[in-house]
Order: sequence, then C-alpha cells, then structure tokens
Amino acid sequence: MELLVSLLDIIGPVMVGPSSSHTAGACRLGLLARNLVGGTPEHARLELHGSFARTGEGHGTDKALVGGLMGFRPDDERLRTALQIAEREGLDYRFEKTKLGEDGETHPNTVRITVERGDRRAEMVGSSLGAGRVLVTRIDGYPVEVSGNYHTIVLVAEDVRGSIARITSILSDDGVNIATLRLSRKERGGDAFMVIEVDDPPDDQVRDDLRALSWVKWAFKLDKVSA
Amino acid sequence: MYRSLQHAIREAEAQGKRLCDVALEAESKDSGRTVEDIRAQLMRALVVMRQAVGAGLKGDLYSQSGLVGGDAAKLRTGPDGPLSGTPFRDILSRALAVQEVNAAMGVIVAAPTAGGAGVLPAVLTGIADARKLDDEKVIDALATAGLIGAIIAERASLSGAEGGCQAETGAAAGMAAGAAVEMLGGTPSQVGHATALAQQGTLGLVCDPLGGLVELPCVFRNATGAAIALAAIEMAMAGITFAIPADEVIDVMGEIGREMDVRYRETAGGGLAATPTGRRLAKERLIQLKRADG
Repeated sequence: MELLVSLLDIIGPVMVGPSSSHTAGACRLGLLARNLVGGTPEHARLELHGSFARTGEGHGTDKALVGGLMGFRPDDERLRTALQIAEREGLDYRFEKTKLGEDGETHPNTVRITVERGDRRAEMVGSSLGAGRVLVTRIDGYPVEVSGNYHTIVLVAEDVRGSIARITSILSDDGVNIATLRLSRKERGGDAFMVIEVDDPPDDQVRDDLRALSWVKWAFKLDKVSA
Repeated sequence: MYRSLQHAIREAEAQGKRLCDVALEAESKDSGRTVEDIRAQLMRALVVMRQAVGAGLKGDLYSQSGLVGGDAAKLRTGPDGPLSGTPFRDILSRALAVQEVNAAMGVIVAAPTAGGAGVLPAVLTGIADARKLDDEKVIDALATAGLIGAIIAERASLSGAEGGCQAETGAAAGMAAGAAVEMLGGTPSQVGHATALAQQGTLGLVCDPLGGLVELPCVFRNATGAAIALAAIEMAMAGITFAIPADEVIDVMGEIGREMDVRYRETAGGGLAATPTGRRLAKERLIQLKRADG
C-alpha cells in the first residue's frame, strides 16, 4: 500500500512509550479487534508471533493489546496498568507465543486475536508495521487489508447478484462517502467478505441497515485508529 | 509532501519563503486541512513534548526493567563539567528526560519514532528557552522538522528494524539540526547543510538495544544524537557548508541501512546487546520483568 507521508505522521503520534511498533501499534490492533465484537470482550486469546513474542513484555506489548481491547487509545496513560484494570473489569485474557507463518512471509510483529463477547466470537490477524501503523490481514479466516486509517465497515454476505450495488446504495442513502471498497471470498458462490473504508464516521444506522439485509450474515464498523 | 530537500529549498528560495511555509502549504494541499488546523496539531505535540521534558527532569522515573532512569536529573544536580550552565548541558538533560519518560511508559511524541523521541524536543525547546523564542517559532520549526523527516521516510527509512539507529536518532538529529537553524533565522540552504552535517555524523550507527528493549543505549543515544545536532547547528550557522547535498547523504543512509546485517537492526543480536555484560543484564532484567508482571 502506498501511503502518502504526512508531516503530522512524522511529528506524532502522541503515545505512551516505549515503542511505536510494539506499544502504539499493538494498542491499535487491540482497538480494531474490540470493534469486531462491538465492545470490550469477555474473553480474549492473544497469540504473539516473532518480535511481538520475543520482546513484547519489555515493550508493554501485552499491556497495549489488552488496553486496546478495553478501548484505551495509544496516548492513554491507563495502558501502563491495563492488565490490572482488565482483571478488575472482568476481561479474561490469555497470551500465547506461537509461529503464525514463515519468516519473510509473516511480518515479525504479528498477533492473532480471538475475542468473545456475548454470542459473538471473532478472530483477527494483524501486524504492526512500524511508526504505529498497523494492517489487519485476516478476519475470521478471510484475507483482508484494513489499515485503521479510515472508518471501516466490514461485512460478510452471501454471494448474491447485485449485492455490491445494493450495499453502495444504502451507504449513499445514509450519506456515507466511500474511500475504498475491497471484496474477497474463499470460493466462487461462497460467502463474500467486504471491507469498505469511508471518509466520515458512519452512525449505527448504517450498520443496522446493512444487517437488515437478509443475505448479510454480519456487519461491523471499525473506528479509525490512526491519529 | 516533498521527496527532495533540494527541491523544497529551491521552491522556498524562489518564493522568498521559509521551508516551514512551503512544508505547511504542501501538507495542507495533501491533506485538505487548513494551515491553521495543522499548526494547532503541532501545538498539541509541542505541549506534550514540554510536559515530557518536565516529567523526566524530576528524576524519579525508571524503565519497566529498571535498566535506565534518573539520569536526566543528574545533569541538573550533579557536579559541573566544562559545559555546565550552557544550553548544551541543558539540552542533553532534556534529551535524557524525554527518553526516560518513554522507557517508563509515559506519554511522548514519537518524532520521528518513540526510540528517537528525545532529540527534537530537547534541541528545539532548549534553544527556544535559551533564546526566549515564542511557541509560534517552535511550531514553525516542528513543521520544518516534519518536512525533513518525511523526506527521510521517503528516500531512506525511519525504522531501526530497517535502517539501524542512524534511521532513528540519526534522522532525529538531522531533523532537529535543520529545524533549529531555520528557527534561529538561517536560510533554506543553511537548513540543508545543517541536516547533511548532522546526518553524516550518524551514518552507520547501529540499533543494538539490550534485550531488544527501547532503553539501553537508546536513552543515551538520544543525548549524543542531540549533541551531534548541536555541532551541526553551530557549524551551519557559522556559514560552513557540507559538499554532499542532504538528499544524497539521506540516500546513502538508506543504502547503508539496507546492507546492515540483521544483527544490527533492533534484533538484539549484535552490538552492545551482544556484549558479555549486555547479554547478562538483558537476561537478568527480563526475568525480573516476568516476575513483576506475574
């Protein structure tokens, strides 16, 4: 992905230290995972890969991920004590070290997060690319590319004719301007996974309108996590 | 944003402007935000930078592992050296202060990164306070620093894992030197020389933190990075020029980073991290960290 370098990316973000990739980026991945279940999960399993697994503890990667799951942003000083807060608030988390792929193919700062809240369960794989930038590469097994630089709507729909036209017309009726739209599916005729990045924060109505479509299996909106 | 400092310098000179002006105009055009809005965000960054300097100078902060902390205050209260009472010593203490805050999971501005976050606030606020320059001048300087950093990101790298410490504290020194020279009234061309002079002094600098933690030598390397920036500022303000243009120095920094062995790129596999004492300390402290968390 070609990202335009902004001088505000260079003079920023404001963040809790010590590492933009291992702390701020980890927090943003936690925030994105939280959105997949619509709030702070009750259970979370965090599988750390590569450098996240090797040097994560000293960088507060564990605290930042759990803090993100509770909705703390990268500049929130509560990140320092996020693990204790999680225990108080009843977020049951578990860390594991794992290998999520081969070196060179899987980014060294990668985590797989499985979250549960009520009857909703979601699984996400994301990487911290450096300087606080992140990329979600997989949601519930579907290959995706979500940067968190935009407000994002993700949904799974049955592969029916005209589905994109219907969805884009709902977004347009609700006054949402689409920045990017990407589609992926596991097989022909199988479920389609849509990632729609939009300019302004969509309200809950948009999500509810999409959920009302009989062929939409689920839809979530992920809040923008960059500064 | 510009991809070449030479290009930005030519534009500024042709229009009789400063580099911060052309940088803010380019940012406004790229993002669709007004210059006032961008300046307001830089002001918020400056507020956090000053808070971090203040918090670190108290001397009661220690890193997660306990490897670093408390040293910024020693430059305030400890015995005199040859540069006591000068902005030089004050700026060293500010660089240590911000980086000690960072290591203690305090709030900092990653500029350009968290590991190199001490250099820019130390140099800019240290000089501004010594010369009684107002915050508007420092905001201008932050815009110039952002321009230089964006060019380094485009042409080379701002990541220790990609380019070694020359891409973190080295880049920060180049940004701080150029920005401070403009803040002190230097011309766009002097900014270019200051950036090149600082960056040449950090070429080849490896990223070798003990245990992979942003602590040792990172905290001290922010102070020495600030010292290199001050040397470059002093030379550029005196009218000294550097024959290799900043763009080319930045390019070669990127090349050296790409050829740098992976042991020297934030993996704790080489450099100070791999010394006998480095290995022993890292092992002890990581065990201690686990106990503290468990």
